[in-house]
Amino acid sequence: MHHLDLKALSRGLANGEFSSVELTNHFLDRIKSGNPSLNAFITITEERALAQARAADERISRGEAHGLTGIPLAHKDIFCVDGIRTTCGSRMLESFVAPYDATVVQKLDTVGAVMLGKTNMDEFAMGSSNENSYFGPAKNPWDLSRVPGGSSGGSAAAVAARLVPVATGTDTGGSVRQPAALTGTTGIKPTYGRASRYGMIAFASSLDQAGVIGQSAADVALMLDAMCGFDPKDSTSSERPVETLDGALDMDLNGLRIGIPDVFFEEGIESGVRSSVETALDVYRTGGAELVPIKLPHLHLSVPAYYVIAPAECSSNLSRFDGIRFGHRCDNPKDLNDLYRRSRSEGFGSEVLRRILTGTFVLSAGYYDAYYKKAQQVRRLINADFQQAFEKVDLIMGPTSPTTAFSIGEKAGDPVSMYLNDIYTIGVSLAGLPAASVPCGLADGLPVGLHIIGDHFCERKVLAAAHQFQCATDHHTRRPTRGDS
Amino acid sequence: MALTREQLEKIATLARVELPTDNASDVADNVSRIIDFFDALNDADTEGVSPMAHPLDMVQRLRSDDVTEHDQRDKYQASAALVEDGLYLVPKVID
Repeated sequence: MHHLDLKALSRGLANGEFSSVELTNHFLDRIKSGNPSLNAFITITEERALAQARAADERISRGEAHGLTGIPLAHKDIFCVDGIRTTCGSRMLESFVAPYDATVVQKLDTVGAVMLGKTNMDEFAMGSSNENSYFGPAKNPWDLSRVPGGSSGGSAAAVAARLVPVATGTDTGGSVRQPAALTGTTGIKPTYGRASRYGMIAFASSLDQAGVIGQSAADVALMLDAMCGFDPKDSTSSERPVETLDGALDMDLNGLRIGIPDVFFEEGIESGVRSSVETALDVYRTGGAELVPIKLPHLHLSVPAYYVIAPAECSSNLSRFDGIRFGHRCDNPKDLNDLYRRSRSEGFGSEVLRRILTGTFVLSAGYYDAYYKKAQQVRRLINADFQQAFEKVDLIMGPTSPTTAFSIGEKAGDPVSMYLNDIYTIGVSLAGLPAASVPCGLADGLPVGLHIIGDHFCERKVLAAAHQFQCATDHHTRRPTRGDS
Repeated sequence: MALTREQLEKIATLARVELPTDNASDVADNVSRIIDFFDALNDADTEGVSPMAHPLDMVQRLRSDDVTEHDQRDKYQASAALVEDGLYLVPKVID
């Protein structure tokens, strides 16, 4: 059952080949056997899952099923689920039980999906390797000595090993797309403002966006349809009507104009990644698409701009963790300041602390103009580069990550080297564009991701192009031998 | 720019965090390296470019001033380390 796509699972449920309770138990068993080595889940919610599965079976028998009714999924542990521990990968929230549901959770509950648990992640979504989790790193099922990427590394590892058919993630600078690339899964981050941020623990509010990691473009399309839409509880939620994606991924590649930025293929890219991506682009060319060389002259500044803006927003957002209303509280504080400072320092890991310090610095008197304002100006230039490109092309493509999955510990001591792993994804986040990563081959036995970037609100075009690629190739059906019993 | 220990202490105070006692110099080195990395931004000519705070050109929505949420104080305070009679307890602030 775990090799079936969402449509096949839904058909099996509708035809009575298996019940949602059976399906849920099947995946719970896979989690129990696979998770000890992968560490993809922080919390497994068996009791809640079986109750949801029983309700789904009743709904299916009444003939009221949605395409996701009775389908097991997992949520990144950044989404609040009422009554369930929600840690955000942090000691700060180790025992925090959320008092309400995130909108994304509530929407997926409403269509009858079954949550199996909460997946591992870099603490507060800050990281590209999952090594910053307080609960230990998730492992890459293709090679357990390697990282699954981050920050949605647990979701990616769980889907890659088929511990769950599909999972939510969040993407601030590449946190859905990069782990999808490193684990051979399909991930999409929709346009900023498309899926509600309500109940999604905030890191950098002008960048944070919910997304999905699944086995194919068709699967993530079905999920996005259920997750997206205007939410009055999110002040930056878009009121623009949502295009239906499920069943709407046909596209004629003939005449499609695909922009290829030269900056995506410059120094730093591994040769195996380059050749896999070039072969993937040939699939589009063969299908009749036109590959158009384009320039994104400010993109090389996206990483420094992001690491000013995101930590600045983080330092503000994370000020809510004060040791008083929720989260970790230190023992025996001698006064209020001691309570704040020790609770926060004990509760936050080193990368979070580093970003809070960096963010506080760039916002502090005397440095604001030189760093924060400058980075916001560069952000506009990067956005303008993309807008100019989209006057000439329909989509932009390249690699998702310059490397395949790296070894656990390899970059841990060097934050700047870790930051540079997100060089292709971060500019897209700064511009708020939708983008997907789809598997496009293996390099030395490790997955490579093709990055497909669209203009604002063009999710359908992004996923249609991904779907056409997956109709023509079988990279997305390859599975790691590990955990694929 | 290399941050001095004093500068780092000042930032830590502003951010209400303690610097780790065992590897404070590592933290200073790492933060300094990250800030050095920002110098690349000076390559961009941003004369006359307005700062971009948000990816979509949208205005802040307003809502009517209606009561829409009911009292859930007990539920929300269940997450707190110390409460008493509906109040959050903190160390004494005023002598």
